[in-house]
Formats: sequence, C-alpha cells, structure tokens
Amino acid sequence: MVDLSINCGGIRSPNPFWLASAPPTNSAYQVCKAFEAGWGGAVWKTIGEPVMNVFNRYGAVDYNGQKILGLNNIELISDRPIETNLKEIAETKKLWPDRAVIASLMVESKRETWHDIVKRTIDTGCDGIELNYGCPHGMSERGMGAAVGQVPEYCAMITEWVTEVSTIPVLVKLTPNVGDIRFPGRAAKKGKANGISLINTINTIMGVNLDTLELQPSVGGKGGHGGYAGPAVKPIALNMVSQIAIDPEIKLPISAMGGVSTWRDAAEFILLGATSVQVCTAVMHYGFRIIDDMVEGLTNWMEEKGYRSLDDIRGKSLKCIADFGDLNLLYKTTARIDESKCIQCNLCYIACEDSAHQCIDINPKEKHNNGSVLTINQPKIREDDCVGCRLCFIVCPVEGCISMVRKDDGSVTMTWNELMKQLPQPVTWEALRQFQAKHGIEIH
Amino acid sequence: MKNAALKLSPSEYEQNFAELHPAFTPNSAVAEANRCLYCFDSRCMKACPTHIDISTFIKKIATGNLKGSAKTILESNWVALTCAKACPVDVLCEGACVYNERGEEPIQIGRLQRFAMDRYFEQGMPPLFTPEPKNGKSVGIIGAGPAGLACGAELALMGYDVTIYEAKEKAGGLDTWGIAPYKMMQRDSLNEVKLVESFGVAIKTKTRVGKEISIEELQKKHNAIFVGVGLASPTRLGIPGEQLAGVVDALDFIDDVTTRKWKSIDVGKWVAVIGAGNTAIDAATEAKRLGAEQVYMIYRRSEKEMPAYEFEFELAQNDGVQFMFQTAPKRVIGKKHVEALECIRMKLGAPDKDGRRKPVPVPRSEFKLPVDMVIKSVGQNIEDSFLSQIPNLKTKNGMVVVNTKTYQTTNPKYFAGGDCINGGKEVVNAAYDGKQAAHGIDRCLFSK
Repeated sequence: MVDLSINCGGIRSPNPFWLASAPPTNSAYQVCKAFEAGWGGAVWKTIGEPVMNVFNRYGAVDYNGQKILGLNNIELISDRPIETNLKEIAETKKLWPDRAVIASLMVESKRETWHDIVKRTIDTGCDGIELNYGCPHGMSERGMGAAVGQVPEYCAMITEWVTEVSTIPVLVKLTPNVGDIRFPGRAAKKGKANGISLINTINTIMGVNLDTLELQPSVGGKGGHGGYAGPAVKPIALNMVSQIAIDPEIKLPISAMGGVSTWRDAAEFILLGATSVQVCTAVMHYGFRIIDDMVEGLTNWMEEKGYRSLDDIRGKSLKCIADFGDLNLLYKTTARIDESKCIQCNLCYIACEDSAHQCIDINPKEKHNNGSVLTINQPKIREDDCVGCRLCFIVCPVEGCISMVRKDDGSVTMTWNELMKQLPQPVTWEALRQFQAKHGIEIH
Repeated sequence: MKNAALKLSPSEYEQNFAELHPAFTPNSAVAEANRCLYCFDSRCMKACPTHIDISTFIKKIATGNLKGSAKTILESNWVALTCAKACPVDVLCEGACVYNERGEEPIQIGRLQRFAMDRYFEQGMPPLFTPEPKNGKSVGIIGAGPAGLACGAELALMGYDVTIYEAKEKAGGLDTWGIAPYKMMQRDSLNEVKLVESFGVAIKTKTRVGKEISIEELQKKHNAIFVGVGLASPTRLGIPGEQLAGVVDALDFIDDVTTRKWKSIDVGKWVAVIGAGNTAIDAATEAKRLGAEQVYMIYRRSEKEMPAYEFEFELAQNDGVQFMFQTAPKRVIGKKHVEALECIRMKLGAPDKDGRRKPVPVPRSEFKLPVDMVIKSVGQNIEDSFLSQIPNLKTKNGMVVVNTKTYQTTNPKYFAGGDCINGGKEVVNAAYDGKQAAHGIDRCLFSK
C-alpha cells in the first residue's frame, strides 16, 4: 500500500497535489469541487489589496497543433473583497478538515497591514499561509508581488513581519524573474519561513497578431508582459526547484510548481526535492478531473518501483546534479541505429549533416516488401566519427530505433576540474589535443 | 431501354454523388499537417510519379503558408488538384509514408494536397509563376488532357507560344470527362485548365486535328508538336448483339455522369458491366448510384488477377455491386433492346505471356443473365487511324514509341506523352510525361 500523504513545513495533506493560487482557487465553490474530485490541498487565490481586472486576460502558445503549450495571464490577485474570501476559506476548511487549505496573501509593504491580514487569516482556521512575492504584472508596479520577490532584503523583511505573528506555517512563493533564485530563497529562510513555493510565473509577451499587429492578447489595442506558466516552463521550474533543494543554506520544504500537468511531472519534481506539487495550467485546460490520473498514476508507479511513501523518493535524484566541471570527460557514447526499426525518415541524417558533425551516411539498401523489392535510403552512423552528441537520438521519431551505446569501459575517468589540476595553466589547445589523442578522442 | 431504373430525387442524386473523401476543415488540415514528420528526402516524394516535394508542402500548410504550399505542389505537377482527388494514393505517396512502417495511419497526403489546391483556386489563382519573355518558338499540342496541359503550362512559362488543339467542347481530357463525381467535380479540372490558360496557353476546343485543322497546317505553324491524344475507341467485345440499344461504353457512360445531369441519364434496372479495371468499377458504382437495382461485374479471370485497385474493389462491394469472376460474356440477347447477357464460366489455364493465367471456357456452362443494360469496359484502343496520319511515327503494341528522356518520337518534330505512350496509366503519369516532354522539346529546339 502506497502512502501519498505529505507534511510540507507543517501543512499536511492526504496527497501531494495542491491547486496553485490562481483562477481555479478563486472561490469556495471551486475549491470544494476540487476537493470532491480528490485534490489534496488548495492555495487560495491571493487575497489582499483592492484590484480590478481587465478583459482578455489570457494568452497561450500552441505548438504543432497542440493547444496551450504555455499559458500567460495578466489577471490580478482576487478581485473579491478580503472579507468574502476569508469567510469562504473558513467555510471550506470546516467542510474539508483533512485537506490543506492555504491562504495566499499580498498586501502593501507595511508591517501593521501584514500583521492585520495574517491575524484575520489565522482566524479562518486554514492550514497555512503562502506569501505571494511572485506576481510579475499589475501588482509589482504597485510595489507588491515580484517587486518584493526580486529584492532579497524586502523578501526577508516582509517574511519576518508575517512569521513574527503567525501561529500557522508560512510558505514564501518565489518569482523566477531573478538572476539567481537562491538569493530570495535564502532571504525567505532568514525571515523564518517554514517552506518555499516556486516558481511563480515568468515574464513573457505571448505574441503579435500578424493581421492587427497588436500584441496577443490585446486589451483594446494594448497589451504587455504577463506571467507565463504551463508545460513549457517545467524545465525552468525543475532547475530552480533543484537549486533551492541543494542549497546548503536553505534546507526548507518545497512546494513545487511550474508546468506540472501529469503524475510524471509531479514525480520528477518530488525526485528533485519537492514535498508538495502545485498545479494550475493543466486544470485551466482540462478541469479538476485530472487529479484522478495524477493520484492513480503516481500510486501505480510507486507500487511498481516498490516505493511506499513519498519520503522514499523525495530528493532521490538530487545526487545526480553536478557542476559541468565534475562531469566525466571520458564517458563515451556513440549513436547506433537499429535498422530493423528504422523507417528511413532521414531526420537523423539531416540533423547530423546540417547541425552536428556530419557522421551519418545514407546508403541505398534493398528492402523486400510483399514480394516486391524497393531501394530505400538507409541512414548509417559512422561510429568512429560520432561525437555522441545525442541530436539524432532526439530527432528520431521511432522509439528504440536510435540508442546511445556506451563505448568506454569505465576504467579511466577524468573530469574537467581534475584535468585542470593536471595540465599546466593556462590550458592550451595543444595540451588538450594531446589529452584527447591519448584517450582516442578525435575532434574533426 | 427495356426496363429503365426509376429516377431518384434530386437530393438522392446529390447524396449518392457526394464526395467520398470530404475536404479537410482548416483545423483538421493543420492537425494532419502537423502529424507529418517532415522527412528529409522523403519516400512519399519518391513514390509520387511527379516527385512533388510533399513534406515541404505539408509543412507550409502547418505554418499557414498556403500560397507557398500550392506553389511547391504546382512546381512539380500542373494538375495537382485532379491528382489529389483521383490518384491511387494508397499505392503511391501514402503507401510510401513512413508512418506505415510504424504501424500507424499514413499522412493523408491526397487530402492535404487538395486542401492547399482548393484554397489556391478559391482565392482566384493568385499569380505564382511568371512566364519568361517570348523565345520566338511555337509548339502545337494535340489533346488538352493532363499530358497536354502539363506540357503546355511548362512550355508557356519557358517563353514558348503554345496552342492546344482539343476535339471536345471542354478541355481537361479524362480529368474533365472520365473521373467519377464522387471522386472529383468537373469544375476542379476546368480550374486547372484556367490556370494553364493564365500562362498564355491558347486552347482551341472543338478542334479535331485532321478535321478542323490538318496535320500539314499544324506542322507549318509550329516548331514542334506534342501528341497527348490518350487512348480513343473502346475495345469491342466482338460478340453478337453488341449493337443492341442498351449496350454502352463505360467511358461514354462516365462522361455523361460527370455532366451532373443525372436525371437525364438512362440506366437499366439490371446492369452488367464487363471488365474489372478501375474504369469498370467507376461505371458499376455510378450505375448503382444512379438507381440501378442490380449491377453485375463480369470478369474472365479471378479476383486475384483483377486490375482494379483494392480500394476501388471495396468501394464497389460496399455499393452492393455483385462480382461474377471467371465469367465471360458470350452474346447480348434482345430484339432491339438488351434483354439478357449470355455468359459462360471460365477456368484458369496456363499463364500467358504477361504471366497471368489464361482463362479458358468451361464447356456447356452457359447461362443467361437477365439485364437491361450492358456497360463495356474492356480497355481502349490507341487512336491508330489518327496516329497513322503522322509521317514516320512508330508505334509498338499501339503505343507511340518515344525516347524515354526527351519524349521525342521517331518523327523528330513530334513528341508524345500520357496514355498514348503508356497504354493507359494514371493522371499523375500523364502530368509527369507532359512536363518532361516540354523540357525535351526545349532541349531539342535549342540543341541544349
């Protein structure tokens, strides 16, 4: 039996799947419906200062016929009064005692204002608070959201204002629109946060309409950057989450988000150190019902792999993260084509020929098909010339057709950092060439 | 006709002759285009007799560059809309699609090509090609079928003065007259004719060479002549009763159907179609769709030897056409009108020179099939009487002999392509021949 329950900095939930603070958590109606569907927690849509939204709030990137590879929004925090939200939070928590209900807050940068909203939030009986330091649009111009998250000092100061009065766990949500995510992360730690949520949305302009020449989405002819989320941002989020997870100064539980669409995405985030995962875009695309597959898929995978709880897998892949200088230069692979699987699309050929190292040949080959013989173009890798870059493997549309085959026997290893200690400094091309020649590496 | 089938209502005709493969919507076209892997040096391109750069035109559909897509297609094939609808794609481009190797449905290349070409014609054929300045040479083309049109378009763009002579009242050849309406509409072919005309090609319809204009006059007027006359008179059955009312040629019958005046076409209640090629199938299916109650296909050999494509066979079967294999017609019975067809059972003997087993009659196996109409579809003869008017024109088995590179005939002034050199193949082969012959003419006239 697999146990999916989690404790994220003191906030418990029956499964790691939380709805992110966003349009799907705008009201008690929605959150209750989500809990009914099986979501483990929900971070309420950020409540705070009076705001008013515009129309045409969302934009999306579609790719090759696939809808919503990325989703951008210029929606603000909740456009409903604080009282309404707090009342609904209290009602929801009462109805769903086993689920995590987290209030997301954003108010002006005054200590008393923060103290007041935090106390009123605690009175709802909710499980925790998430500080929205991430919103890149609308609020940041008013000195809130990303304007706080981008300045570690503000981040630490406001977190401290909250934690000095809060009796419930406090998560700090970080904006990715910074040079180094670890600095605001460390500031949250300094402000005594109980955990870190990341990533908020990324500054983006979604596109230009080629008929009107206006931005899309267009609000009466005008537009601007919004916050980008969805499957396209997942690799960025994975990197930032792992950076927070491995930072020796931070060591806080992580509620991870950024393109989580399936249980697979969730598992990856957890393997890189997340405790809970938050989801928004996938729900905005398909509705709350996706939770069924998320819970079931994660459970089945864990069962198959023999994991009993998320503690068994959390951070398990962090040990693989290394600096480039610590990678083994003598780990050698070559691409190899399984001709029995090859469909002769020749995508590997043209990729290698135009963009890599020109080490795939196309040879005519006779193929027997229902009694008739046709000549086909069979791509073949010149393994001695292959630098093992993996581009052909990536472009090949047939699973298992191209594989990266290990060439070295693992008996000798050498990282760049080790090599630099051996070779006279500053390193010369000649010295490098000699090292390569010695180990049978030819750069042509 | 003794017993004509009941006429159908206009909506029934429309329904029966509606296109089998409906057009893509813009969304579905883009979705299908995006499924294309964009193979390099693709197999579909090689499988296309005109070598359309298929993955490139599909990619252009995916990006919304439809005009560019049409240009890519037309650069290889001047009758691309007809080909998109009438080509046996299963055995050509789509049959070669690498998705087949992955055990998945191939890209619907025919429908995508149609999508790009439909848009191009809907938008009033925005100019994509500019003819070169006139080079002072003139070429006459006999026959405005796909070979002639392709040859004319290509020559006109190279700067030639081109006149096409066409016996019928509309140009397009079998593209216009010989394709079932549920495969394509006549106006599609006529649009392609207009495109060729837009390059400055003059098409003289109702002008039969040898009648309205003499061969000598043609030779005087033009520096070179391209023969794209196709095949002509249908092969006779050579059985008694062939002259009876109600015995028709498949091509004439199909020709009537393409006019879309379905109500005015008489079709028997019970019909026998003789032959089992793709034209025979078209005729049988059309007869059924015009309201015939029972349609038999009479074929001497077995299903295995049947020349029709698999998908054509399925189409006829789904329409309820009854196939009578190893059966040959012996005589048509009737006083003035067809009343019955006497047939005889056949068995397959030793293989003949083509490797197909020769059918031999089974003694005393005659039987009568009560039918009101007999549609003959046992092939066409080459227009021998016409071709014999051209001096020094060598033919072999009724087909004009040409140089395979230049398409020049044994009379150096004459070039030829299409059905009259191959004995009857697809539109796409004719389109390729015509185009290649244009370059052959250019090389010969300018000694390149």
